[in-house]
Amino acid sequence: MARPELSQGLMRRLYDGPGWMGVIAGFGIIAILIPLLNLAVPETSAFHIPDYTVALTGKIMCYAILALAMDLVWGYTGILSLGHGIFFAMGGYAFGMYLMRQIGHDGSYHSDLPDFMVFLDWKAYPWYWKFTNHFVYALVLVAVVPAALAAAFGFFAFRSRIKGVYFSIITQAMTVAFMLLFFRNETGFGGNNGFTDFKRILGYTIATPQTRIVLFIVTGVVLIGTLLVGRFIVTGKLGRILVAIRDAESRLMFLGYNPLLFKLAIWTFSAFIAAVAGALYVPQVGIINPSEMSPANSIEIAIWTAVGGRGTLVGAILGAAIVNGAKSWFTAAFPEYWLYFLGGLFVIVTLFLPDGVLGLIHKLRSKQKS
Amino acid sequence: MKDVGGTPGKAEETGEGYGHVLQPGLDTTHGVMLYLDEVTVSFDGFRALNKLSLSVDVGELRVIIGPNGAGKTTMMDVITGKTRPDTGTVFFGQTMDLTKMNEPEIAQAGIGRKFQKPTIFAHHTVFENLDLAIKNDRGIWAALFGKLTGEQRDRIDEILETIQLTSLMKSRAGLLSHGQKQWLEIGMLLAQEPKLLLLDEPVAGMTDHETARTAELLKSIEGKHSIVVVEHDMEFVDTIAHKITVLHEGSVLAEGPMESIQNNEKVIEVYLGR
Repeated sequence: MARPELSQGLMRRLYDGPGWMGVIAGFGIIAILIPLLNLAVPETSAFHIPDYTVALTGKIMCYAILALAMDLVWGYTGILSLGHGIFFAMGGYAFGMYLMRQIGHDGSYHSDLPDFMVFLDWKAYPWYWKFTNHFVYALVLVAVVPAALAAAFGFFAFRSRIKGVYFSIITQAMTVAFMLLFFRNETGFGGNNGFTDFKRILGYTIATPQTRIVLFIVTGVVLIGTLLVGRFIVTGKLGRILVAIRDAESRLMFLGYNPLLFKLAIWTFSAFIAAVAGALYVPQVGIINPSEMSPANSIEIAIWTAVGGRGTLVGAILGAAIVNGAKSWFTAAFPEYWLYFLGGLFVIVTLFLPDGVLGLIHKLRSKQKS
Repeated sequence: MKDVGGTPGKAEETGEGYGHVLQPGLDTTHGVMLYLDEVTVSFDGFRALNKLSLSVDVGELRVIIGPNGAGKTTMMDVITGKTRPDTGTVFFGQTMDLTKMNEPEIAQAGIGRKFQKPTIFAHHTVFENLDLAIKNDRGIWAALFGKLTGEQRDRIDEILETIQLTSLMKSRAGLLSHGQKQWLEIGMLLAQEPKLLLLDEPVAGMTDHETARTAELLKSIEGKHSIVVVEHDMEFVDTIAHKITVLHEGSVLAEGPMESIQNNEKVIEVYLGR
């Protein structure tokens, strides 16, 4: 009797042949094809990809990373977060502090301080802005602060065995609280205007096509890297434990696993991924403000994941691309109907496509076969 | 009982008076696996358990019966750490105070529990269910990088044979029949290698044939583990039981072999005679 192979080679565990072809093709498109078509092909050519498309794709890739973070906790572990916008925004703010410092004296007031601090009549940086002029320190902040917040929040919530809709509501309340906090000018993060008018990153002018393409490629590499790390988690025993938490947590607990440990680990990791997405988002979009922490934004992340198909990882990327692609077209063509469309989409997916677009594709395929 | 709190070091120094040195882990040198004394649990004034005292020996198969609301499931909740008793002591072996441990700790110490409703991981295959259950490091690191040893694979194969699911090991557990799910859950318990198995109505919803098979299965593992079975099916109880405990209104009404229980007037009054 042949045993199911649970410990085959790592490459084979992550994806089969066609799967890897897809990953490599995706990498080729992001890292070679799009940059070439944007920079090397003249604008008059039909093959030229305009800056606008690059910027939009870059933004959507950040959202896709965020959706991957959501899928790990919601799709696999069954923890619906309606506050992932916090971690995304905090990652963005942490990196934004560095970008603000890079403005140097080129702000409207030509001061040592960012314009909003001059406006508030502050004479020096608050303590938490210390060292933020160092790029590496900013990366450390991105990696540590949102994850630490998630770990602290998660520890108390999971230890108290808060589950399901109660957990979701608390995350929603938390994002509102943080949004209000960041709206205050005294908090020291630019109030409702947030951070904007960035000039440089690592000394390079941020608005040049070359810098933008580098940011784009970095984002694409992080997206693919996140997908592969996610696959490593969900195809291994840890992934099976996470799904077991989703499907029968008490069974798992009485088998001797401590769900708190595993929930906390994936929750914190997910927050870390969301923060990285936020840090990549800010230099490309050029602004971060508290509206990123609005409840609607966090709910949207869940919608992307549901639309693409929960518990598949690729579905999260697909969902983020479909919804945000539609959003950019809709908000240009029929700006006033976008929210109706989004709401309608969510209703349709909930009622008719419980496994999202990916589930629909699978269904059609298996129908074709039979 | 108070002396169990002493440190191993102290016990060693003054060891002679104690008879043996206190060991970490399960200590059943006196032959008792599970010991409940005067355990009381109330929910909103209702006493689910009322000064319940019970002890189960090493290797014993004990059947617990009782009408609905007698406190059978609450008793299992107390033993497995799901419910904390208001008063009373619950010991696993001589040294482990179960009232001070949480569910995963109690499970790791060696108590396995089967729920009344078969509870398995529906989206995982039969094999994966057993893989999650097999006695192993339960930490994150092991979850990320740990691998099954050859011995553990053999053990899983053995259990698959025992629960007659070898041919279905690659099927999703959610697709199994009710009886097969019950067996898979029992198999998961066996994979855990517990010292004490708690089975809440293991033959509920099974066909006669499946019930007979389950009885055989329990008899085959009797002696290797201590087993506590809660059951309503009296025919099944008769085939497996040596000693029966009857619970009523949260405490023990009677205890003994089948005939003495069947002839006990108090038992007939509250339970069998109806």
